[in-house]
Amino acid sequence: MNKNVMIKTENLTKNYDDVTAVNSLNLEIFEGEIFGLLGPNGAGKTTTILMLLGLTEPSEGVATINGYNTTKESIHIKKMVGYLPDHVGFYEDMTARENLRFTGRLNNLSDNEIETRIDTLLERVKLSDVSDRKVGTYSKGMRQRLGIADTLMKDPKVIILDEPTIGLDPAGINEMLDLIADLARKDRRTVLISSHQLYQIQKICDRVGIFVKGKLLAVGPIDTLGEKVFEGQPLTLELNVEPVDERLISLIQSIGEEIKVTSDQNQLSIESIDDIRKPLLRILSEHNYKVLFLKQRGRDLDDIYSRYFTGEE
Amino acid sequence: MNWNSLLVLYKKELADHLRSKRFVIVLLLITITGLASIYSAAVGIREAVSQEGNTFVFLRLFTAAGNSIPSFISFVALLGPLVGLALGFDSINGEFNKGTMSRLLSQPIHRDNVINGKFLAGVSVIAIMVLSLGIAVGAIGIIMIGIPPTMEEILRLLTFFIVTILYISLWLALSHLFSLLFKQSATSALACIAAWLFLTIFVGLLAGVISNAIYPLDNASTLDVQLKNSNLELMLNRISPSTLFSEATICLLNPGVRTISTITLDRLIGAIPGVLPFSQSLLLIWPHLVSLVALNMICFAVSYIYFMRQEVRA
Repeated sequence: MNKNVMIKTENLTKNYDDVTAVNSLNLEIFEGEIFGLLGPNGAGKTTTILMLLGLTEPSEGVATINGYNTTKESIHIKKMVGYLPDHVGFYEDMTARENLRFTGRLNNLSDNEIETRIDTLLERVKLSDVSDRKVGTYSKGMRQRLGIADTLMKDPKVIILDEPTIGLDPAGINEMLDLIADLARKDRRTVLISSHQLYQIQKICDRVGIFVKGKLLAVGPIDTLGEKVFEGQPLTLELNVEPVDERLISLIQSIGEEIKVTSDQNQLSIESIDDIRKPLLRILSEHNYKVLFLKQRGRDLDDIYSRYFTGEE
Repeated sequence: MNWNSLLVLYKKELADHLRSKRFVIVLLLITITGLASIYSAAVGIREAVSQEGNTFVFLRLFTAAGNSIPSFISFVALLGPLVGLALGFDSINGEFNKGTMSRLLSQPIHRDNVINGKFLAGVSVIAIMVLSLGIAVGAIGIIMIGIPPTMEEILRLLTFFIVTILYISLWLALSHLFSLLFKQSATSALACIAAWLFLTIFVGLLAGVISNAIYPLDNASTLDVQLKNSNLELMLNRISPSTLFSEATICLLNPGVRTISTITLDRLIGAIPGVLPFSQSLLLIWPHLVSLVALNMICFAVSYIYFMRQEVRA
């Protein structure tokens, strides 16, 4: 993959009165990738997106998309960037087709082009057979898919989606994620998704950034993210073996220094600084212990999720 | 490019207005009241002509009150604001509440085109409404009384229509402003109604109270105090656009009106009774016209600036 930087922010900051919504954000998003901006509600994701679109002026710092300054050249930006807001709204008493036509006209497309695009896009988001129904009768899932079609009317290089899966049922979520994945994989567009639904979004993201309280904690592919977020903190292994005895515990502690083992019947939990899974498994098999369950805790999505995304304000 | 998106937005807003139930209701309301007032004026016109002479009979259709129904112009002064307010009270906050505003603003358009398009479309709807109603009412008047309007009458009527459009547009601009200041459509609708009631009814009452408090009148009041009292009341009343409108229209449609301020009897000595030519009537109400235009511009400018600086997120 060629690594052209498509979206770039430098020290992007937004203050509302005395609240800092976004705190010197430095981010690079490459052409053709799906980037997930993940964080709990109120982390500043929407504010970041609005600054990227030039709809809100940053207090400090600069954001560029494809080399254009988002504040000073916002018309260029808006020609190039499709945006699906959270809780996207359509004109309820207009049909899907009329809503898309209006968007097309605002983008200065010719009438022929508008009609062809509407047909292909409605086909693509599977709304062709309801295209002449008023949007007021649409379900949440249909509206969201129509939203995707709407952002694609201008044939954008970059697509920014704010909470695209919010309020959808599981089938709707999968449909939505497939659509989004296609935007990058088939059409080679750059996609930025903001969400607090960590598990849903991570499936399709090339890279994600964990964004909490206006700060970017870590950026990278999802499988290396835990390492970055929890660097320097102890790992916990959950181990279930047969049989559990005194010898086992001392064997485990002999693997390295500063290894704490606590047992609860057959369930052992082992705290260590380094990843000791390999030597642990070797020892267990050498001494004929039967491993029933082994899971490393403290470095994976679950932990990121429970630490940053649940209830903590 | 700039013009194109303005045109697209303008067309959409216009279509929205014309297809909306709200527009139909408002149109029905003013059509029915307008026709009723013209009908009763036409029925009573024979009597009026025999009493007051037969000049400008056609214009009297619009100014004469029938037995139980007020005149056309007083209906317009009262209900015109309702038209303007109904067209605009949710124009901006409605888009925010529906979630369409952020989608709209993320299109490659200048932000001011949104509010310009909305205001222009509203003014166009008002113009269409006023002109078609006015022409329809005039046509019915011709059929009923059988007297065609003279050139001057037509000129005066056209000016009257323009003043009416200005007057109703002012309320439209005010309702746009309220739809920006308040997040909920219901709140802005209430604020609009409050402003309407205050400016059309309560200003008149308050003006009397205030001027009587400052220049108390009793049997022994001097002419000077009486004049000051009356002038103050008039000026306070002119805070309300409906007063401006009423004064302007009465001068336009009744050429016999030679002054709209208080004058003493001795100033009338030597005056030749007669009607004013159109240009002199226009001169008389020129300050009113300027005020109406200025109020329009102030209201629109405030909403424009507010809209441009508003945060997109609700």
